Amino acid sequence: MTTTSPVFTTAAPTFTASPVGDPDDRRLTHLDALEAEAILVIREMAGELERPALLFSGGKDSVVMLHLATKAFWPAPIPFPVLHVDTGHNFPEVLAYRDETVERLGLRLVVASVQDYIDDGRLRERADGTRNPLQTLPLLDAINDHRFDGVFGGGRRDEEKARAKERIVSLRDEFGQWDPKNQRPELWNLFNPRHRPGEHVRVFPISNWTEVDIWRYIDREDIPLAPLYYAHEREVFQRDGMWLAVGPVSRPRDDEPTSTRLVRYRTVGDMSCTGAVESPARTNAEIVVEVAASTLTERGATRADDRISEAAMEDRKKEGYF
Amino acid sequence: MSASTQTAPVLDPVAVAGAARGTLLRLATAGSVDDGKSTLVGRLLHDTKSVLSDQLAAVERVSRDRGLTAADLALLTDGLRAEREQGITIDVAYRYFATAHRSFVLADCPGHVQYTRNTVTGSSTADVVVLLVDARKGVLEQTRRHLAVTALLRVPHVVVAVNKIDLVDFSQEVYDRVESEVQAVARELGVVDAIAIPVSALDGDNVAERSPRTPWYGGPSLLELLEALPPSDDPANESFRLPVQLVIRPQGAARDEAHRDYRGYAGQVASGVVRVGDEVVALPSGRRTTVAGIDLGDRELQEAFAPQSVTLRLTDEIDISRGDVIAAAADAPEPTQDIKAVVCWLGDAPLRPAQRLLLKHGSRTVQTAVRSLDGALDLDDLHTVPSEALSLNDIGLVTLRLAAPVPVENYSTSRRGGSFLLIDAHDGRTVAAGMVGATLPTAADAPTQPEGDEEWEI
Repeated sequence: MTTTSPVFTTAAPTFTASPVGDPDDRRLTHLDALEAEAILVIREMAGELERPALLFSGGKDSVVMLHLATKAFWPAPIPFPVLHVDTGHNFPEVLAYRDETVERLGLRLVVASVQDYIDDGRLRERADGTRNPLQTLPLLDAINDHRFDGVFGGGRRDEEKARAKERIVSLRDEFGQWDPKNQRPELWNLFNPRHRPGEHVRVFPISNWTEVDIWRYIDREDIPLAPLYYAHEREVFQRDGMWLAVGPVSRPRDDEPTSTRLVRYRTVGDMSCTGAVESPARTNAEIVVEVAASTLTERGATRADDRISEAAMEDRKKEGYF
Repeated sequence: MSASTQTAPVLDPVAVAGAARGTLLRLATAGSVDDGKSTLVGRLLHDTKSVLSDQLAAVERVSRDRGLTAADLALLTDGLRAEREQGITIDVAYRYFATAHRSFVLADCPGHVQYTRNTVTGSSTADVVVLLVDARKGVLEQTRRHLAVTALLRVPHVVVAVNKIDLVDFSQEVYDRVESEVQAVARELGVVDAIAIPVSALDGDNVAERSPRTPWYGGPSLLELLEALPPSDDPANESFRLPVQLVIRPQGAARDEAHRDYRGYAGQVASGVVRVGDEVVALPSGRRTTVAGIDLGDRELQEAFAPQSVTLRLTDEIDISRGDVIAAAADAPEPTQDIKAVVCWLGDAPLRPAQRLLLKHGSRTVQTAVRSLDGALDLDDLHTVPSEALSLNDIGLVTLRLAAPVPVENYSTSRRGGSFLLIDAHDGRTVAAGMVGATLPTAADAPTQPEGDEEWEI
């Protein structure tokens, strides 16, 4: 016996999900839909804001952001500078990649240096040596000094639970603070970055992308990346369940034996707390398959600082972090 | 958890490639308190293998700390400190999952705090709203409100998940009664396409897989249905519109000498299809020209359709700037300074007649004055009553005078062409969601059903 609801039987579509392939079927693939949304946001903010800047670390998400901005304004150059908050703990390959990219695209680069703040005493090194939380002050000072009224970031909602609650266009008060309980409603595809003097907005055009979307897009668009995203031999040691590179800011203790392994990075950040994963993936296509099959989130797998507490990211964001 | 547990990829590469070709569906959830909404979302994420082991481990740890015996899947979506401390959902959370055919963006809208604001926000971009109804309770007052909002926002599809079917012993009789009740209310409120499914979010019945415990139910599981729903209207049936976001004129800054004289109009196709050679009109000026070229980055297209973000080159150099709309010449909308609209008020301070605000439509922002407040929706019995002011979460009918002509369209013909924001010019806050030409129910005596009442007859 089956249910006899007339509405269901008349309204039910045929249950054979059809992949996009029909040339007359004008439906965007999900990657094209995500690209169209990101370009809409980037252009709208360029139209609405006086002095935006784009955060660029050389990491994969910010590289995708730059690629989208290039498409948004083509054939004109990107009409705003890029901003890098340099922890002083960067992988040298990533800094080299950053500088090559800035050169190739003819961009203006603004660098805010955590090291400068430590050297002159405005910031103090943390006991655990990680510098990710120290980025907030130099970031906010750079925003004030350059009078940026909007900052594009490559944050994604799938990265972390607090990010999952954040708007695409997200207001910051005069202290750079995010108030998660008092966010603007974001309706249709209408984005509103208006704010009072002293406030600014953070803009996350790739909010709706997942890690595997990023890799599919990098693969499809053939976007060059820093080499450490791909499998390579590296001298590493194990700490807190992560493979850390042997380097000037990440030295093994006596009880931490080192070994050379085939690894790659899923995220790049502060060398002292960003772990590598063992991987044979040397191409974008291999990484797409690897990421799709991974049983760990990218932050869970590679970021010691996000394991500090349930609300580590939320607390940093409330203080003005990315 | 150890770095050495990173194993070789085992996923079927064909499935990965399939997802890359699939479409995007945006869904929003709605429901009342304790109807199991967060559990359903958690179940969808879990059953599509979108919950990774470190996330699940964190949920299990927190569940244990709270003295729970099983992992509380609601913790997957309640991300803020205050939400975890209070055990409630405060704000819309966005979640992502995918199947071999489709990728999903899920807006999880809380049911009890500021439900209008959150449901309006979630519904505005949704292709489908999944509305939870507790099988034991049937249609509640809040179910009616949620259905009213999704009808007002013209969400293309509504799926009613009749949840906790396990707690009524998988009874077809109970399901049939709730389903008819839901369909009656949906019809009354103007929801065209409501589809009901009996589910148990807790146990997973009919969520990803069809359940053997509801043999009397012949329809698809929730996930099968979500995979098969058409995502949006076919652009071929719509009129072409493109709000101009930017005029792209690189001049001396062109990255290639060949583009020194390039002049293009950048924007997202809001509706319809445009081809090279089409006759178009710039609004509000009314000047006509034809499309000379369509660019997406450095790639030239022969046609573009909604919602692609492209740049149009036009045959004639006519005066077009940011905020203008390029439309199909054949049936362009008439720009107007006077509009009637339904607004959902989202501001902390109330809306009053004669108030001055900013109105954002497409890429244009103009000043506006509230000519009159023509009524408000009584959310208890869903009919329109006279009103002096609209407070936070109120829905009302207004007449607006705009400082300049804007080519608005009726929201019933075009969700994009008929939607606007009202913005407080002083602090920049978004204070209302507006829908041009929308109407409110006028029936003064909308029937209210007793809740979960045995006397209810089919």
